[in-house]
Amino acid sequence: MRFAVLVFPGTWSEKDCQYVLTDGLRQEADLVWHREADLEKYDAVVIPGGFSYGDHLRTGAIARFSPVMDAVATHAERGKPVIGICNGFQILCESHLLPGALIRNDSLQFRCVPSYLRVENADTMFSSATKEGDVLMAPVSHGEGNYYADEQTIATLEDSRRVVFRYTTPEGEVTRESNPNGSINNIAGIINERGNVLGMMPHPERSAEAILGNTDGLLIFKSIVESALTAVG
Amino acid sequence: MAPDQRTLDQLSLTREEYDRIIDLLDREPNEVELGMFGAMWSEHCGYQNSRPLLKMFPSEGPGVLTKVGEENAGVIDIGDGWCVAFKIESHNHPSAIEPYEGAATGVGGIVRDIFAMGARPIALLDSLRFGPLQPTSPPEPAPGVPPQAYLPETTPEVAARNRYLFNGVVAGIGGYGNCIGVPTVGGEVSFAPSYSGNPLVNAMCVGIARTDKLVKARADGPGNLLLLVGADTGRDGIHGATFASVQLDESSEERRPAVQVGNPFMEKLLMEACLELTEEHHEWVVGLQDLGAAGLTSSTVECAAKAGTGLIIDVAKVPRREEGMTPYEVMLSESQERMLVIVTPENEPHVRELFERWELHCATIGIVTDDGVVRIHENGVEVGAIPAKMLTEAPTYVRGVVKPQWLTELQEFDFATLPDIGTSNLQHPTSNIGQSTSDVLLQLLASPEIASKRLVWRQYDHQVGTNTVVGPGSDAAVIRIKGTNKALAISTDGNAAYTYLDPYMGGAIAVAEAARNVACTGARPIGMTNCLNFGNPEKPDAYFQLHEAIRGMSDAAKALGIPVISGNVSLYNESSGEPIWPTPVVGVVGLIDDVDRVVPMGFQNEGDRVVVIVAAFLSDADKHGSSSTLRNRTPRMADHAGSEALRSGFGIVVGQPSTEVQSERALIDFLLEASARGLLQSAHDISAGGISKALAECCIAGNVGTTVGGQDYQDFAYFGEIQSSVVISCKSNDFGDLLALASVSLLQPILTGGVGGSRLVLGSLDVAIDEMREAYENGLAHALEGATTNA
Repeated sequence: MRFAVLVFPGTWSEKDCQYVLTDGLRQEADLVWHREADLEKYDAVVIPGGFSYGDHLRTGAIARFSPVMDAVATHAERGKPVIGICNGFQILCESHLLPGALIRNDSLQFRCVPSYLRVENADTMFSSATKEGDVLMAPVSHGEGNYYADEQTIATLEDSRRVVFRYTTPEGEVTRESNPNGSINNIAGIINERGNVLGMMPHPERSAEAILGNTDGLLIFKSIVESALTAVG
Repeated sequence: MAPDQRTLDQLSLTREEYDRIIDLLDREPNEVELGMFGAMWSEHCGYQNSRPLLKMFPSEGPGVLTKVGEENAGVIDIGDGWCVAFKIESHNHPSAIEPYEGAATGVGGIVRDIFAMGARPIALLDSLRFGPLQPTSPPEPAPGVPPQAYLPETTPEVAARNRYLFNGVVAGIGGYGNCIGVPTVGGEVSFAPSYSGNPLVNAMCVGIARTDKLVKARADGPGNLLLLVGADTGRDGIHGATFASVQLDESSEERRPAVQVGNPFMEKLLMEACLELTEEHHEWVVGLQDLGAAGLTSSTVECAAKAGTGLIIDVAKVPRREEGMTPYEVMLSESQERMLVIVTPENEPHVRELFERWELHCATIGIVTDDGVVRIHENGVEVGAIPAKMLTEAPTYVRGVVKPQWLTELQEFDFATLPDIGTSNLQHPTSNIGQSTSDVLLQLLASPEIASKRLVWRQYDHQVGTNTVVGPGSDAAVIRIKGTNKALAISTDGNAAYTYLDPYMGGAIAVAEAARNVACTGARPIGMTNCLNFGNPEKPDAYFQLHEAIRGMSDAAKALGIPVISGNVSLYNESSGEPIWPTPVVGVVGLIDDVDRVVPMGFQNEGDRVVVIVAAFLSDADKHGSSSTLRNRTPRMADHAGSEALRSGFGIVVGQPSTEVQSERALIDFLLEASARGLLQSAHDISAGGISKALAECCIAGNVGTTVGGQDYQDFAYFGEIQSSVVISCKSNDFGDLLALASVSLLQPILTGGVGGSRLVLGSLDVAIDEMREAYENGLAHALEGATTNA
């Protein structure tokens, strides 16, 4: 499987994602500069974390105008997988490929801490290697990860099982303390209506190797690879 | 016309130095030239007071590729074609005035020093010092305690400002470091009244490079071109280097324009572009140099002086962000995020294209010449010309080393007058110390000095790059090197209370502790960097402290076989006439050959054995070679020299700390041997807070208790800061081997016990882990209560 890992000016998780995909899962993964307008040859797109354009104006607000984002939209329209992590999630929201917005953490501070994600929907191409109710560890590292949308949107997301990951305690309990940023309903990751565009604030690439203390995050990348194989098969 | 005193003061030049400039040039300097001399001859750039002393440091060692002072950072070969570059640098004065930007640009500056070498930055550490976060009452002198021993009062207003500085500095480090994608993996935060007006912000950066891709900061080859890349030049930071070399006072706020403003986004682009240039197009680069203190002046002059060449720079070609800037302003601006690239004319178009692809400005501002003179032009007209070497060879000063009388009084304090816990004379007039051993431990764990710094480092991205095997909050951070089995262990240390009480010992202990921290993870120390934060060297006490601390650090580095490969000096750290405590900060990097064998800090398994090991000191007779006796060391009251327990419990700093570097070496070799043989389940350094606190941290980190004992020592002595000692644990069937190894290494097990349960038990001390964790994790937050959150 061939992944495009997008690089905007200011992106910094591209190599971390590429390492997990190539070294961890033996897939192909190219770093693709944001001026590239054609993603035709790729099976999946990763929009990694970082501070694209230095978060100037608003997180993801400038990156959405990069040429590559038109190609991402086309790629998504074809039903191929797109995963946005951290700043990638912010860019997907700014691009309206996902609903809602990510606003300042309720602590008003940057937070780099472990977060525990309960799988709310294991029937997606990003969570198929997990089971509903599983709790995965993936660290968050952001200042603006507080997911916000209007009541109607939240209700739609919840009713249609489009909240894929929710912040909980390691035991899977939804609490105020387990929410690192103040997101509504402890939302950590959502999916689009068609089910092929996922945005999540936590960094699964940071918990994908035993040497770093945890391998839960690998399941998310594995899900993408396995879903693609199933689709082909 | 000779400048008036005010002009010279602004440039921190003395009248004698001015006269010397005239002698050297054989004429009066013009305004541009004088400004360049002022910047280059400042302590910050010219090391006027420290240069003669820094020669004491051992600079040679196995694998040293770039020695101290030769390049932007020192470099050590670590095998497999890789090398590691690292350096620590201060940004104290700017942070005192504008904490967010001061700290942020401190990070930016040290990161540029590393990628200017062609090395990719992989870790940042920050060593921070602030005044107390909470007010304290004025001391009430007691008999037997010299007046100098008392910590001065901290008023509510001063404490509030300290909290403001703390919040601003932490936010600034995070704001910059998080944005550029370099993890902040460690460091320290420490508090003492002497830092109230003058906080210390020391940032260390570690980078790795392929050995054949290193670049130099040299302007070789007449005819080659100078390219200025990155941010446009503005009026920010003019006189930053000279500002760093004067004392702070009430009027310092007026120097706010001398504080630079950072743009981490620009830095990230600059870093990626420079690394693409050095890694993929190495042959295009003749030299690479960052613009730091004294901006274009120091970067160009140093490149020319190193290569023995000259330069012509046309300031009119420097892209500006402000109109009407004079040549003087352009040459002395400290606008951040700029790099100087020296290229051959045929490669200039390629290099320009590369930077433009990264959406960076790139201007050709000058040319390398062969006459050794740095010539400043404005639209082709010469406005200044100085031989490069004249600027880099600042006058140096060697002063007398005199031990102050007050220091002897502090050192000769009689520890027998100190009460022990649980005794009737605990009602020492200045004591607010707990009534039981457990109270004292909980009090110490909650003190800002010792409490967990989690609330600081959770604001820093400490994982980006996915190399962080051990992050903040441990003895040393451990960063693996992808594509190899290796890892680097990194620690910064420096105890100013010890250095205040004995500058020589304080310097030696800083080196010993940083090396021991690294060794606790199983890493062999391979090199060190240092940041020397001291007061005004023109005053005898500060000069004595500087001289002695460097001597102590040098002796320790030599004994431990650790080369000093880079460093930075920050003098004139005084506010309103009061100097800071002398604060040498040492950063040690160690190499782990097998990343899977990293030794953790916390206890691991119920049933493991615990032992507290202390290196024996050689007897005085043995030092002269006439005997082989060892002086047994046991926890004693004199270990409270400079201890945190005396500081927070009694408000006093007294005694004379001591260490023996040969013994430290034995301990470090033992740790390395024991970890190589797989004997260690955990290892943790004993430092501030003593044996009790170290055991508490092992319990908290491993979430399992311990019961240890041995001989009965005085309870309060368990909080003394016995040097060259560690807490280690092992599987019970390895216990015999471990003790045998310790014995041949001339180390003494002073306490032994087992891992298990949920309490820490030591003599009369008996506390639950949950209680300890509560105190340890919330101490800093409590101290910050009442703080206004920074914007």
